[in-house]
Amino acid sequence: MAKTKVLERKPLSFAEKTFIPQIVTGLKTTFGTMMGKTITLQYPEERPSIPDNYRGVPTLVKDPNGREKCVSCQLCEFVCPPKAIRITPGEIDAEAEPDRAHVEKAPKEFEINMLRCIYCGLCQEVCPEEAIFLQDIFSLSGYSREEMINKKDKLYELGGTLPDKHHKWDKKKTAELKGNAH
Amino acid sequence: MDFIAILLPIAFSLTMISVFMGLCSYSVLAERKVSSWIQGRVGPNRTRLPILGHIPILGNLMTGLGLFQPAADGLKFLFKEEITPGHVKVGYYYLAPIIALAPALTTMVVLPFGRYVDPQGIVQPLVLANIDVGMLFILGISSLGVYGIVLAGWSSNSKYPFLGAIRSSAQMISYELAMGLSILPVFMWVSAPGSEYGLNLFGVVQSQQTLWLVIWQPLSALIFLVSVFAETNRLPFDMAESETDLVGGFHTEYGCFKFGLFFVAEYAHVIMGSALFVILFLGGWNFLPGIADPWSDGLFGTILSVLWFMGKVFAMIFFFIWVRWTLPRFRYDQVMSLGWKILLPLAIANLVFNTLAIALYDQFTR
Repeated sequence: MAKTKVLERKPLSFAEKTFIPQIVTGLKTTFGTMMGKTITLQYPEERPSIPDNYRGVPTLVKDPNGREKCVSCQLCEFVCPPKAIRITPGEIDAEAEPDRAHVEKAPKEFEINMLRCIYCGLCQEVCPEEAIFLQDIFSLSGYSREEMINKKDKLYELGGTLPDKHHKWDKKKTAELKGNAH
Repeated sequence: MDFIAILLPIAFSLTMISVFMGLCSYSVLAERKVSSWIQGRVGPNRTRLPILGHIPILGNLMTGLGLFQPAADGLKFLFKEEITPGHVKVGYYYLAPIIALAPALTTMVVLPFGRYVDPQGIVQPLVLANIDVGMLFILGISSLGVYGIVLAGWSSNSKYPFLGAIRSSAQMISYELAMGLSILPVFMWVSAPGSEYGLNLFGVVQSQQTLWLVIWQPLSALIFLVSVFAETNRLPFDMAESETDLVGGFHTEYGCFKFGLFFVAEYAHVIMGSALFVILFLGGWNFLPGIADPWSDGLFGTILSVLWFMGKVFAMIFFFIWVRWTLPRFRYDQVMSLGWKILLPLAIANLVFNTLAIALYDQFTR
């Protein structure tokens, strides 16, 4: 059994019994904070600074050359716990984009239902192409359920371009041209 | 001539009521602003009136200070849906806010707020009715305010308002005793037998030309101040409302403009309490203790005296707000024991002491 230690309380002095010195101290404290700076953020005009690893609205990004990175492997669709992502795979037209034809696949449709999304970030973690990122957008609203489903063009518009050092598909192409496919 | 004699007092009263109501709404704003500053916030700073708010620099300044907010608050109360809950006693339910507000506005009739020098060279008070029993009148009328609260709590037919009303009436009755006893010594010193003032508030101010009463009657001032806090139902004696345990206290069942009236009544009481404290203990419109009034005899001096008085009242209102956002609320039994076991005996002791002092003073000076 734990030992309890009874602490002796100091008897209050006369000044303390009248409360007045304590009240004066309290008044001083509040006056100090009143003179101090306000910490309010004027929200719609001022925005909070978002840390780098913030998990906001999931978006699709393009590589520095402006090409879409997603190859519609559908890993994110499979991993998504609330099943918010729906991908319709499509093929890259070799005649329209000859320098990207070796990538073979790109999403025809890419929908993220923001009414289902739980911002867990598993899609970003699982993506082998680093094509989907949860970025700094934290406020999202719409007038209808349809509006809350982010389509492919909206996702690319929100995502923009992120710096990418790998250029995986460029390397693949040069390797292929040299006769070494892998 | 007769016509003017009738019309002039009406004009004066209307002016005073409008100024007073304006002060009420702006003390609501002051409450919101000061509370937000104390909590490190900004407070209301978005409301902007069409033309006034768009004056180049001044408009932004006024908007930032929230000077247009009272208008928005008032309009909000006016345009809200008028809800009467099904379980209330309708007549009394509507009567209560009026009864709460009326005494607070009535007391200002005897409140002197400045002085002028009449053609005979005698200093006269600026007051609507300069009656002999001014202080008695204020004590009597302002304590009627509790009826509004009791009526509201009872007619609401609901437990929380009822509890709030019961607490508030008990508290007001307890603190009224201490309040009345605390100012007796003041009047004993001020209106000695043979003086022309009696319980007149103007006389109290005139007697403080050299020394403010707060300096040589600090105990009276302290008891009076605490009692005023209790009488106006302000935190730390917020028994009538106690949002945390009684929902909204006596005005739980009230909405829109009826609630607005209660709100205005509360601030009217605060302003009256501040003005009374300034008159009784802080020297009214007298400049500073020990320094003769610099106010000239003309109109300019009159305006200066009124402004100086208002400045002191504003400082007191600020003090009220400042205390509210500093101290937590007392528990109900603590309020009662403070009132009955400490303030009342202290006030009686103060009265006895001053009586003896006056007796000795008379013995040795005559």
